[in-house]
This record gives sequence, C-alpha cells and structure tokens, in this order.
Amino acid sequence: MEMETRMKKRIRVEANTEPSESPFEALSEEILFLILDLLDSNPLDKKSFSLVSRSFFAVEARHRRSLTPLRPELLPFVLSRYNSISHLNLTLCPYLSDASLSSIASLLGPSLRSINLSGSRSYSHRGIESLANKCFNLEEIDVSNGVELTDEAAAAIGRMSKVERVRMGRCKKVTDLGIGCIAVCCPNLKLLCLKGCVGVTDLGVALIAVKCRKLRSLDVSFTMITKKCLPAIAQLPNLEDLCMTGCLGINDKALVTLKQGFKSLQALDMSNCQNISQASVSSILQKNPSLHHLNLSYCSPVNSMLSGLHGVFKLNSIKLDGCHVSTDGLKSLANSCISLKELSLSKCSGVTDEGISVIVAKHKDLVKLDATCCRYITDLSLAAITSSCASLVSLSMESCTKVTWEGFRLIGRHCPKLEELNLTDTDLDDEGLTSLSQCQNLTSLKIGICLKITDEGLIQIGRSCPHLQELDLYRSIGITDKGVSEIARGCSNLETICMSYCTSISDESLKCLSNCARLNTLEIRGCSLVSSVGISAIAARCCNLSKLDIKKCYEINDAAMLSFARFSHNLRQINLSYCSVTDVGVSALASISCLQVVTMLHLSGMSADGLAAALLMCGSLMKVKLHVSFKPFISPVLINRVESRGCMFQWLNKPFQVQLESSEVWKQQSHDIFVE
Amino acid sequence: MKQIIGEPGIDLSSDSKMDLKLTRNSESFHKPNSSNHNLNSFNQASQYFPNLSPTNFLSRAENLQQNLKTKSTNSFEPNLNSGMATQNPPLDWDPHAMLSNLSFLEQKIHEVQSLVQSIIDQQAEFSSRPSELATRQQLATADLTCIIIQLISTAGSLLPSIKNTLLSNNPALRQLVNPDFNNNLKCEGLIRNFPETARNSEYEDLLRNLDNEADWMKEPNPPLQSDIVDANPIDEHDLKESDDGDAEREHLPPGSYIVLQLEKEEILAPHTHFCVICGKGFKRDANLRMHMRGHGDEYKTPAALAKPSKEPGSDVHPVTRYSCPFAGCKRNKEHKKFQPLKTILCVKNHYKRSHCDKSYTCSRCHAKKFSVIADLKTHEKHCGRDKWQCSCGTTFSRKDKLFGHVALFQGHTPALPMDEVKASGSGQGNDDMTEDLGGYNGNFASEECLTSMDVKGIDESRAYFSPMNFDGFGALDEFGRGGFDLEDNPFAFIPSGFSQRSGDS
Repeated sequence: MEMETRMKKRIRVEANTEPSESPFEALSEEILFLILDLLDSNPLDKKSFSLVSRSFFAVEARHRRSLTPLRPELLPFVLSRYNSISHLNLTLCPYLSDASLSSIASLLGPSLRSINLSGSRSYSHRGIESLANKCFNLEEIDVSNGVELTDEAAAAIGRMSKVERVRMGRCKKVTDLGIGCIAVCCPNLKLLCLKGCVGVTDLGVALIAVKCRKLRSLDVSFTMITKKCLPAIAQLPNLEDLCMTGCLGINDKALVTLKQGFKSLQALDMSNCQNISQASVSSILQKNPSLHHLNLSYCSPVNSMLSGLHGVFKLNSIKLDGCHVSTDGLKSLANSCISLKELSLSKCSGVTDEGISVIVAKHKDLVKLDATCCRYITDLSLAAITSSCASLVSLSMESCTKVTWEGFRLIGRHCPKLEELNLTDTDLDDEGLTSLSQCQNLTSLKIGICLKITDEGLIQIGRSCPHLQELDLYRSIGITDKGVSEIARGCSNLETICMSYCTSISDESLKCLSNCARLNTLEIRGCSLVSSVGISAIAARCCNLSKLDIKKCYEINDAAMLSFARFSHNLRQINLSYCSVTDVGVSALASISCLQVVTMLHLSGMSADGLAAALLMCGSLMKVKLHVSFKPFISPVLINRVESRGCMFQWLNKPFQVQLESSEVWKQQSHDIFVE
Repeated sequence: MKQIIGEPGIDLSSDSKMDLKLTRNSESFHKPNSSNHNLNSFNQASQYFPNLSPTNFLSRAENLQQNLKTKSTNSFEPNLNSGMATQNPPLDWDPHAMLSNLSFLEQKIHEVQSLVQSIIDQQAEFSSRPSELATRQQLATADLTCIIIQLISTAGSLLPSIKNTLLSNNPALRQLVNPDFNNNLKCEGLIRNFPETARNSEYEDLLRNLDNEADWMKEPNPPLQSDIVDANPIDEHDLKESDDGDAEREHLPPGSYIVLQLEKEEILAPHTHFCVICGKGFKRDANLRMHMRGHGDEYKTPAALAKPSKEPGSDVHPVTRYSCPFAGCKRNKEHKKFQPLKTILCVKNHYKRSHCDKSYTCSRCHAKKFSVIADLKTHEKHCGRDKWQCSCGTTFSRKDKLFGHVALFQGHTPALPMDEVKASGSGQGNDDMTEDLGGYNGNFASEECLTSMDVKGIDESRAYFSPMNFDGFGALDEFGRGGFDLEDNPFAFIPSGFSQRSGDS
C-alpha cells in the first residue's frame, strides 16, 4: 500500500519537473513546503513524501508543526527529527512520566506553542515545571484529567507567563490557591476550563475574573461556585463564552440580582443548573442583548420559564433538552426571538404539533432542529417544518413514532439541503426511504431500528446520496447484502457504518464495503454470517480502519486477526468478544502498534498464557476489558507492569450468552419500557 | 502609685448637678469620644460595632428587667455603658449614629429577606427536615425582633423633647454622664419613654423568649453572636483590643486630665485586687467582689456588690490617663509627643508588649513569640493549617482575606503551603464545598462571614502593623516566585514564617 502511494507520488513529482539527474534537488524548499501544505488529508501521504529522498525527509521534518505521537517511549527520537514542532498532542500516550515531559521541554524548548496532556495522569507538577522553565513561548496547555495534579501544578502553569489557553478539567485536587497563581501570573489568559475542578470555589474564580481581563471563554461547569463570584465574572469586558453546566450553587437570586449583564457574552451554557427558573432566564436575556447561544438543557421545568419571555432577543440557538416545554412557552419563544437558527427540544415533554408549527412559522431560517423523543408530534409538525424551513440542514426525529410515511415523503420533497437526518426507531418504510433519497446532500443518515425498511429503499439511497459519510442500520433487519453493496458502490466517501444485528449481512457486503477507502468505523456486532474472509477484505483495503466491533461474529477466527496485524496499522479500538479467536489471533492483534482499547470476553480459544503474552506485547494499550474469570490466572506482577504503562483493566462478569435476541422482540420490549 | 495632678477639664465647683450635666453633654456632643472616660475598655469594642450596640443594650436592659440574673447577663453590664454613651447622647441626636443605625436596619432587613427567601426556596427540602425549618423560623423571629428594637431606639433618639422632660423629671437620669450609673434605671426610663409600641408586652415577651431560648446563643445569627463574644469581659483576649494605639483617637488637650504613672513592679504584678481578709489576689475587681461574698453576709448587700465609687455624689471624677514608666517611650509622660494610655489594662499590655521579653512561644509554629499571653492565644487560634499566606509573606487567618489582598496588589500570588500540599489538597477542598453549599442554601455562612470578618479585621490590622511581629525576618529571596517584585511590596517588612519553611524544604 505504502509502496503504491510512494510510487504514485514519485511519478507525479517527476511529471511536474523537468527530467534531470536529480530532479528532486531542483525543487526549492518553498515549493516543497507548498506541496506539503496540500498533503494534509491523509497522514500516510506525508510519510510517503518523506521517503522520497534525504532532502525530502529533512524538508518534511522542518515543515511539520503539529505532532500526535502514539508511543511516548519514542518521543526523544521523534522530537529530535521534528525539532520545530509547535503543537504537540499527547492524548494518545497514556503513560507520560515527568522525565518524558522534561525531555520534551529540553528538545523543543521555545518552539513549543501548545501541548495537550489530557490523556495521561501519571505526570506530576515537576513535569509541568520543566515545561514552564524551558518552553517559555507556550500558549496553550491542556492538563485535563490530571486528577492527581495539585496546586503546585497550577502554580507551575502560572509560571508560563505567555499562556493564553488553559484547560484543566477534572483536576480535582487543585484549589483556589493554584487557580490564584494562574490568575495572577497569566494576564494574557483568554480561555480557561475548570470543568469539574471541585476544589475551586468562588474566591478562585472571582480572582481569575479580577486579574485576567482578556478572558474570552470561561468554563466553570460542575464546580461549587455560587452567586458570590458572578459579579466579578460579569465585569469581564471580553467574555464571550461562559459555561456553567451543573453549577448547583447558581440560583435565580444570583442571576436576578446581578446589577449588570455580561457585556460581550455571546454563548451561555447553563444546562443542568437545576436551581434556575423563569426570572433568571428573563433577566439574563434582557441584560445581554448580544447573546446568541443559550443552553438550558436539563434545567428545572422551562415551561413557565419561556412563557414569561418578553422583549426581543437576538438568540440564534437555544437548547432546551430534557425540559418540560409547553405550547405557550414555544409561542412566547417564537415571538421573542428575531431569528432562530438552531433549536433543540430533545427529550422535551409537552412538545406538540402546535408548538412546533408556531416556532417554524416564525423562524423560517431554522437550520437545525432536534426533536428527539418528542413522541407526540405527528405528520402535522412535519408539514409545518417542511413548508417553512427550506434551509433545514439537520433534523433529528429519533423515536417520533407517530410520524408516518406521509411525513417522510414531505421531508424528501421539501428539504433539499438536509445533510443530517436521524430517523432511528421510527415507522420508516421503503416508500419513505425512497422519497428521502431526494435529499442528495445527506452526509449522515441514521435509520436504525426501522424494521420495515428493506434493500429496496436502501438501494435508492445508495444511488442518489453520493456524499453519505455515516450510515446507521442498527437492527434494521430487513437489510441484506444487496442493499449494502449498492451503498458501497454509490457512497464512496463512507466513513462510518453500523450494521449490528442485521443478521442477513454476509461476507459479500464487507467485500463491497472494502471499496470505501475512507472507512474508519465498522460495527457488525451479531452478524453471524460474516467470516474471516469478509473482514480480511476490509482489513486489506480500508487502511484507515480504526474502530471495529465484531462481537458475536462467531465465524471470525485467527485468519482475520492475522490480516489486521498485517494491514490495519491504524486500528485503535476493537471488540472481538465471542469470536473464534485463539492465542494466535490475540498475539497477532497485539502486534498492532497503536491498539488502545480491546474488549475480549468469552473468547473460547484464548488461554491465560496467550492473554498474558499479548498484554505484555501490546505497549499502547489504554483500556482492556476482560472476563473476571481470567483475573486469577494473570500474575499480579504482569498486571502492575501493564498498568504502569497507563493501561486500565476492567474485569467484567457478564454471563455467556450465545442466543441473539430477535430484533422484533427487542423493539417491542423497548417500547414497552417507554409505555410503562 | 505616683499621682500627678493635672488641670481638671471640668469645673469641679459647678453649683448644680443639672448645670454640670449640661456642660458635660455639650462637651460630649463636640467630642463624642471624650465622653467615654470610664475605665471600662469595652467602649473600644462598641466603637468597632457602633451599629450593634443599641440592640444589645436594649435587649440586655430588658433582660435585666426580667431579673434574669445569669452570669452572662451580668457580664454585659460594661457594654451597656458604652452603648449608652456613644449611641444615645442624651440631649441631642448624633446624625452619624443615626446613619449607622439606619444602615444596620437596612442590612438586617436584607438578612431577614434572604432568610425568608431561602425558606421559600427550599421548601421541598424542609418537608423532610421539619426541625431545620423551625430553626429558620426562630431565626427570622429573632431578626425581626432585633429590627423592631433597633427601630424603636432609633426613633427614640429622634425625640429630644420627650427625653428632656424625662431628664428633668427623673433626677436619677441626670447622672447619665457618669458611666458607672445604674443602667437599669436608665434603660427602663428610655423604654418607658418610647411610644406605646415599645411597652407592648408582645415585644417584651419576644425579648424574653430570645433570652430564654437555650440555643439562641448557638444560632449562627451573626450580629448578636459577635456582640456576645466581644462584649464578654471575662475573656481576656478581648480586653487587649483596647490597645494602646486606640488612645490616639482621642485628642484631649494636654493638662485636661490627670496622668497616673504606675511603677514597673505594679504593672507586672499578676493581680491588682486583693482581698482585705484573706489576701487572695484577683485580676478583676468584680471577681474580688464575688469572692467577698464568701466572707460573710455583710458583703452580700447590693451596695457592697455594686462597683465601688458608684455613689451619686462622687460622679465628678477627673479624667484620668496613664503614663508608661519606661523612659523615652512615646507613652511616657516626659516624651515630647506624649500620648497617654487610657486604662490600666492598656498600660499593662503596652508595657509587656513594648518593654518586656517575649516569653510565650507558639507551640505550633515555634516561631512567633509573644509577651502577652492573650496575644499568643489569638495567634494560636489561627496558626497552622488555617493560615493563608501571600507570596509577599503576609499571612491571613481567612482565605477570602488572602484573596482580597491578592486581588488588590499587583504581582502578589497565593502561596502554597509546601509541607501541607497533600493535606490541603484533599481536605480543604471538601471543607470549601460544604461551606459554600451552606452559603448558598441559607445565607447564614455568608452573613457570618461579614461579621466575623470585622472581628478578625481588628486582630489582623493590629497584628500586621504592631511592632511585635518583627521576629522572623528574611529568607524572602529563597522563595523566588516569578514575576513578583520585592521592592514594590508594601508588606516586604513583614516576617514570613512560610518563607523560612520553604527555604528548608
């Protein structure tokens, strides 16, 4: 594969330049840089480029600005090659010691501008200190998930005087003192994320607001802040984005008594703030005329909240997920806002056809509408939506079971711009699907749990939606190889496909899908007809494959694993429970250098020794799910060793269950649960 | 005891008591502070809490009326004086006092408002915990009562005519200037004087309830609580608040008072009041009087138990001030800019602090030393875990104080306790969480903060600027925090126990 690409590249380069003894030497560095600028789509292209010649190799190394290494142990070598890296993303390195951070600091020094450490929790404040000492141009640092980081780490971040963006979500041990150090020493701070920093209180946040006047974006979600720090935040002159998700200490009184609004605020997220109601929402909207985005998901009942809205607001997007929204409320919202573009009513109770009709009649520019689980809306709503919102791009109607083929026909006829459509668990049939195929711009189509659809409808989609990137056919049991091969033929850009529990799917589908070179996610859970032959075809031709779920594909055996080991160098995540894989297959799998998440339950052919060998071999693992019965047979020393590399073990105790549940029964059960 | 007679400021040969009274009153109007010439040191406390005293005073007065002669009640007597003297000048009303009264009322009403609001907000929660609801309701009642009393007293001060008739009718009230005057009489008089509402038995009942309520004192009702703490004369910690520095506020013209100078031995003697029968020594005359009861019934009469020199005739005490025996001290009468000390206690504390060895060492930090044991106790309250420190070395007893300081000054950062990182990392976070949740639930914590902050404020300002603290100087350089300029630091002279520690680590 690589050879082929390289050959192509070479041919192309040769064609573009005049033939000479060393044609590549004739190209100046500027030209090579321009070429490299255009090679961003596929990481392998750059790899091939650098293999052309020594000078190309060097030029590629000098050109590269951002790096996402897979293995921390190779960092010194990689960084000595790429010594002008300015953006380093270490999220894929589960184990980062202070020593590796210190070597990064000394190798990159002042050229480093941004670093992301959010995937690891094994470094301490010393590592950050070494970064602070040597990389004095650092502008962005992400230490999220550093649950063991203390105030000293925050103080070390504070020493990076040029830092502008700091993300430290879930740093639970950081207190106001550490935040205070950042506040005082980083006057240029523009973005700060304190999500889930439960040690931070009003004092720290207020100090941030007092000292960091350039702050544009502040995330204080899931902290213990109360009204005491709000006046200080409200005074920030440049604050545009404020996220207060799950701040239970924020109540109505805090917001209503706020004397002045947030002057420049554009986006406000108050989802899960359960102590706010009508009064505060009105007062916020009235004090912040420039507010564009408002998120009130899962707040207390929004019903009364919206009915009291008066005035004219510039809101573009509003999210009311999980709230109780009445028709009156939606009317009031429709009358108060000038032009809504995005509206999310996901899981809202009380949404009726009338409510939807009022909204869409007033806001014809609606681009995105989410009506997930609004179970009472019918074709009337769809008639209103389709007649007024011609520019609708995204529509989600999961579990809107009362909508019939008439409604789907309207979607297909009147929404040509539709790109994302979610009709999971609806009454969709082939006729509906055929009319949906008129939406030729579809990139994402989710039609899982639609038991009525068959190949007939899917063939229409495959023929007329060439841009489709994501297709979800979960438990749509009417689908067979015929439909999927038409999709594979028509939608060559397909990246994600889920065919779990489509029991009629066989190797034939996979052979066709292997033509979709961009495929990176494949879920065929419970497709018992699929064998190693089909999956090997995918492995051989879809080199971008990174997520694979082949649970309960009983026919898949070691042969498939061997082809993964040979071809799928990008495989990150695999679930092979119940497959007929033995020690051979498991150890073959372990040789994939970037494999991170593996679920291996009920592998009949796998022994404890084989598992141990595989665990030892696969250095990049971050998470392994195993059956608890293996635990006594794996030496604790080995477990410690693997865990010290940053891997987490999850020991599950799921019963062995071969029988697949019929999808009809499954759907009936899920509906019964809803009715109850 | 050596006595130096200065020129008395008041004409001792005034013919009538009434005239004398008027003179004194006019004087006190122009120089409000100088009317506090009693030896009682608690007028200082009342100066810090001018808006709180009337409430206290009136409720205490009621208390006395109800003959609830508990020990704690007695202990409030001195404060009654001060509250009386500063807040209710008998002939005219002080606009400043009025303003502070009104702002206190405003604050109080807000408190009640937020309290009631919190009850409404959390009605659902209360349904599961009825006892808490009852507590909140009690609190609201207490606050309302407080407001009513304050309102009455404020209104009362606006009725000078009534007061004047009262003064002329009631000869006992002519003694008002005398701080040692029997408080019962005056309070009673004032209350009788108030409009009908004041005598309403309902309010008296309320007051009685308040005082009888066993857990009332424990309630987080900030103003009342802090009042109690500060007015408690038994606690020596509070006595020291009448610091030598406070005397600077009064501007008695030289020679308008008598200057006393105690000898060093007298100052350092542990006890000043000795029993004439058994010779046992006491620090306080009140304790001596209590002790005397044990020597026979003749000491149990009200006259004997009353403070000495309370006889109505001898009310014309000359103003007395004290001089420090240490030559060259600013508090020594020979000094060019002599500033006298107000009370004997001031003399004692001043002498120990300025001219004695610091023999008391803090058992926690082993760094700070004190010569007055009360100072040590105050320090020990805040030493250790609860110490919040700035990079400049200044320490704070409260986190919000530290953050206020950091917010105010450029380049100052909160300092991390190096040896306690682990402890503070986990434990502290939890504390803060509960504290803050409490704050938003009921507003109690926040109000408590307000008052206790004031209390601490006194301690702190004294602690930072008093010369006592110049012990552990240096080692600031070792701290070496980036972006922090020592020269700009207004507190650079402050010692830093922390910097020493960080140097070690």
